[in-house]
Amino acid sequence: MIEAQGLTKHYGDKHAVEQLSFTVRPGVVTGFLGPNGSGKSTTMRMIMGLDAPTAGDVTVKGKHFKNLQWPLREVGALLEAKAIHPGRSARSHLSMLAQTNHLSNTRVDELLELVGLTSVANKRAGKFSLGMGQRLGIAAALLGDPEILLFDEPVNGLDPDGIRWVRNLLKGLAREGRTVFVSSHLMSEMALTADEVVIIGRGKLISQTSIEELLSQSTENFVRVRSPEAAKLKAALEGQGAVVALEDDGSLSVRGANEVAIGELAAKIAVVLHELAPQSASLEEAFMELTEDSIEYHGTTTSAGPTNATGATS
Amino acid sequence: MSTRTTPPPAMQKTLPPGRYGFVDLLRSEWTKIRTVRSTVWTIGVTVVLGIGIGALVSALTRSHWFGMSPAQRATFDAPATSLIGILFAQFAIGILGVLVISAEYSTGTIRATFSAAPNRSRVFVAKIIVFGVLSFIVAEFTSFVAFFLGQFLLSSPATHATLSRPGAFRAVFGGGLFVCILGLIALGLGTIIRHTAGAISAFVGILLVLPIVTAALPNQLAQDIRKFMPDRIGVDVLTTKGHDFGSFSPWVGIVILAIYAVVLLAIGASMLERRDA
Repeated sequence: MIEAQGLTKHYGDKHAVEQLSFTVRPGVVTGFLGPNGSGKSTTMRMIMGLDAPTAGDVTVKGKHFKNLQWPLREVGALLEAKAIHPGRSARSHLSMLAQTNHLSNTRVDELLELVGLTSVANKRAGKFSLGMGQRLGIAAALLGDPEILLFDEPVNGLDPDGIRWVRNLLKGLAREGRTVFVSSHLMSEMALTADEVVIIGRGKLISQTSIEELLSQSTENFVRVRSPEAAKLKAALEGQGAVVALEDDGSLSVRGANEVAIGELAAKIAVVLHELAPQSASLEEAFMELTEDSIEYHGTTTSAGPTNATGATS
Repeated sequence: MSTRTTPPPAMQKTLPPGRYGFVDLLRSEWTKIRTVRSTVWTIGVTVVLGIGIGALVSALTRSHWFGMSPAQRATFDAPATSLIGILFAQFAIGILGVLVISAEYSTGTIRATFSAAPNRSRVFVAKIIVFGVLSFIVAEFTSFVAFFLGQFLLSSPATHATLSRPGAFRAVFGGGLFVCILGLIALGLGTIIRHTAGAISAFVGILLVLPIVTAALPNQLAQDIRKFMPDRIGVDVLTTKGHDFGSFSPWVGIVILAIYAVVLLAIGASMLERRDA
């Protein structure tokens, strides 16, 4: 269990985290979602007692991190990839961590095996790829077989095989009754891994919910319609008060009328339908919708403005 | 909340009794220091230059003995000559002292360390002990070997000294201690400054630049300030034949130097506790 209460962190004028309250419970994978720069890493550092909160409080197992008796055996964390001395070997890095909590070198070897780094265990970590660095970081997090695990962007730099491996690992850890808290800026990744999500933007809590609820709450639900007489149908639908967008591929995206109403209307005006398909928003879109106003660093594309209510493409 | 199936019961882990101990932290710090190349390099340079420069100067002195004036021969300080390499060794140990902590910051290892052992002061004390003991052994080894090798090379016609000569043991043992304490001062600077280049600059500045700056002051004032400076204390410790400038006695100098180290380490410790890692 991880509990944050009014957690706040200011760096000078910058409000990195603002009045953040959430609970991460055991037995499920909880995704920690937010755009880049939204305060995810800062929050994780505060959980680990590395950064002191400006206000508010965060506890693990009901205690402040620094008061844990066996920190490494109770909480494991992957906070940044390649936070390793480049001249030190993977084995030495894990050894020096293991020793702080009286863990054996046998345990170090087990973890090297688990993350697939046994063959390069004695190589200098400076020569590691980002993916190997992530694996070493994951090994460090799991070293003490802890009940609570934090992973900050664990799939960064991993190949598809590695990504699937991490996904299964996280789910497996949660199934064992552990508390698993994983940050990501990729909703699609969390959709496949997490059961619950804590969503933040600009350091503030936007939503703590389950993946299912997040989907059902989304307003980005519409019906895709194809017809040889698209223009006629569009006019008729708009006459009924629906919002209709003509997409590049010739299909219509209809909001404000469900598939039943559209089908009946088409029959009434004798328009042939080639497709009538209700679309639910992808999690990615649901996430974008939620965090739209809180993106710290906007990129621009040539095709679309940042908020275009009717111009969404499917 | 959600409609999904009930999650599995929370894991109940049995932990060993007690909590993570200080001896474990010592072992961890020892692993850290011996598993990076910079340790090998800086210690190698300390030993090689510390012994080698003294041996070179001793051998050259002997071969030029007949070219020296009687006055020069009379004031010739055999122990100090053999220990001249200490003045190089001090920089190598200083670099190691800085790196022991600054490399943890520059690589991010510090966050892994504090995630495993969040009691920062205890980690820091373990680090001070491991580095302190290691640098003490290296510095004393260097100093004693430099002395014996130097004296061997200074054999007839030059005059050489034994450890029983007044001031000789103090110069040799004190020389090692001087280097060790400078290393701890560097560790303190590294902890306060956190950046390798900045901390090494500060360390070198204290030993080399500060004396030049004070030299610009009025003479009496300069003398009063100079005797508090690490480089002058070092000369006092290494010299066995009296010199003419105002200074503390060697052991008082060592104590003053140790006070600097304690103060810098204490400031470092309190900053380590208060700052975000």
